Amino acid sequence: MALRVLRSIFGLLLLAQASVSNAAMEIEIIGAGEHQIPVAIVPFGGDDKLAQTINSVVTGDLLRSGLFRLIDPAGKSPHELAEVAYPDWQARGADALVIGNVAMQGTRIEARFRLLDAVKQAELVGQSVSANSDQVRAVGHRISDLIYEKLTGDKGVFSTRIAYVKRQGKKFSLIVADSDGYNEQIVLAQNEPIMSPAWSPDGSHLVYVSFETGHATVYVQSLYTNKRFMLADFRGSNSAPAWSPDGKQMAIVLTRDGSSEIYLIRPDGSGIHRITYNGSISTEPIFSPDGQTLLFTSDQGGSPQIYSMPVAGGPQQRLTFGEGNNFSPRYSPDGKSFVYTHFINGKFYIATQDFQTGQVETLTAGGWEKKPSYAPNGKLILFASEARGRGILATVSSDGRVQQHMFTDNGDAREPVWGPHQ
Amino acid sequence: MKKLFASIVLVNLLVACASEKPKEPEAAAPAPAPAMEAPAPAPAPEPVVEVDPLNDPNSILANRSAYFPFDVSAVQDADKPMIEAHGKYLGEHPDRRVRVEGNCDERGSKEYNLGLGQRRADSVKQMLILSGAKASQIETVSYGEEKPRCTDHNEACWKQNRRSDIKYQ
Repeated sequence: MALRVLRSIFGLLLLAQASVSNAAMEIEIIGAGEHQIPVAIVPFGGDDKLAQTINSVVTGDLLRSGLFRLIDPAGKSPHELAEVAYPDWQARGADALVIGNVAMQGTRIEARFRLLDAVKQAELVGQSVSANSDQVRAVGHRISDLIYEKLTGDKGVFSTRIAYVKRQGKKFSLIVADSDGYNEQIVLAQNEPIMSPAWSPDGSHLVYVSFETGHATVYVQSLYTNKRFMLADFRGSNSAPAWSPDGKQMAIVLTRDGSSEIYLIRPDGSGIHRITYNGSISTEPIFSPDGQTLLFTSDQGGSPQIYSMPVAGGPQQRLTFGEGNNFSPRYSPDGKSFVYTHFINGKFYIATQDFQTGQVETLTAGGWEKKPSYAPNGKLILFASEARGRGILATVSSDGRVQQHMFTDNGDAREPVWGPHQ
Repeated sequence: MKKLFASIVLVNLLVACASEKPKEPEAAAPAPAPAMEAPAPAPAPEPVVEVDPLNDPNSILANRSAYFPFDVSAVQDADKPMIEAHGKYLGEHPDRRVRVEGNCDERGSKEYNLGLGQRRADSVKQMLILSGAKASQIETVSYGEEKPRCTDHNEACWKQNRRSDIKYQ
């Protein structure tokens, strides 16, 4: 599917706001949803007293989704229901209107807002969101989630986090950040490579591969305490960790028995149990949402392709055919399809395949597009790409229409993975 | 340098001593032969210094890298003589150890390339063993695509990265 590259003026506004707010990432939006919902967001009463405004967070979130067209409130500032003149907003083309107030109460911030249907002239959502006063962005993201959910019918992912590896010269950092790039937390920084981060189902831990001991080993690290332990340090390479959805077991890949094979292991490192005997490279295992099946990459057939097999053991089924190589599969949250990297004619693409119909959709234009993972609402896919001569993170909507390019300040961003709802 | 200086000084002293004989009045006695004068000795045999062929830049052992086509891990014909030479050397020097490091170009996923790099290291290890080395002398490790020699998106770079390196420990 060819994508027309459109530089949205709202994207430019967002960039201006981002640079003022000392963002960790510059975000470029390309494309638009099929139907964009026109919504007007009136800056909340008291918002201008905050160092970081809720308005900047909410407008940024909704813009980045590509599913909304923001109507300029242009001088009008109702904060209370009684102040709203619906015909004004209908005349401006708004289908929905967001109004509210925010105030600091001691060490807490509280925002009360309403989402109004401008056409039906009715309230859709009326809520209060509060948090510690250093959590303004979290309050904004929560409001964005509530607006998004009410207007699209899908759960929002504005309050979720991502993990990725940044490389700058010889230095590697494993970073956890908000899904818009803010609030970076450095999980690990070192002069040896880091790869394959994966989240625990409850978002409390990351598991990853580090080369700090001279070969690939797997670590599990708490994001709260930063304490970590070595999950697997067998002879050869220890890599490709994945957590089961119930949190009770993990899959990893070891070369200790000669070839890259898949093993199950408990999250404390005990109970290692080999499940593939392919004598070739089998790697990148990932659990299905119901925990019963694994997808993985294997070249048992002569070239890297995607296979599935029961976690409990059983026959392996090949899922990708035709020309080209295929890598890095991940399930959609509803389990009905999977996303993966497709390599053909020298280019890497992000593609999805429906399990039932086998239909393949190519979502990107092709380049160095790798390592896709779904947002937990199944509507967005995060992946590693390249632009301006360096490694960047990118997202594409599941229908392929809206893309974001996310540029870190410096260095190359690789190995992204979307975190769970928390 | 100090030793050389000392020897020069010593020799000079000896020479000086030798020529510092009291002069006989009138009847000049023939100057005694200088103590140092002795018939030129036959040249001493050169001591044999063993040159470790590993340090010889002209030896085939100076070459430590094997290269592979895309997605291939089997040792290529061009590299076999070099690997056989290392295997033979290891067989003759059981105290030596090597680490074979496997690498890949970027055209795959990082995890797949980690596996491919391991295969490239292991295939060199097999050939070293067949040529005389013991398995206990050889450690293999894969860096996948994580430690490339270059990062350009072209074959000139990729072919450099599709490589196993033999590193003596």
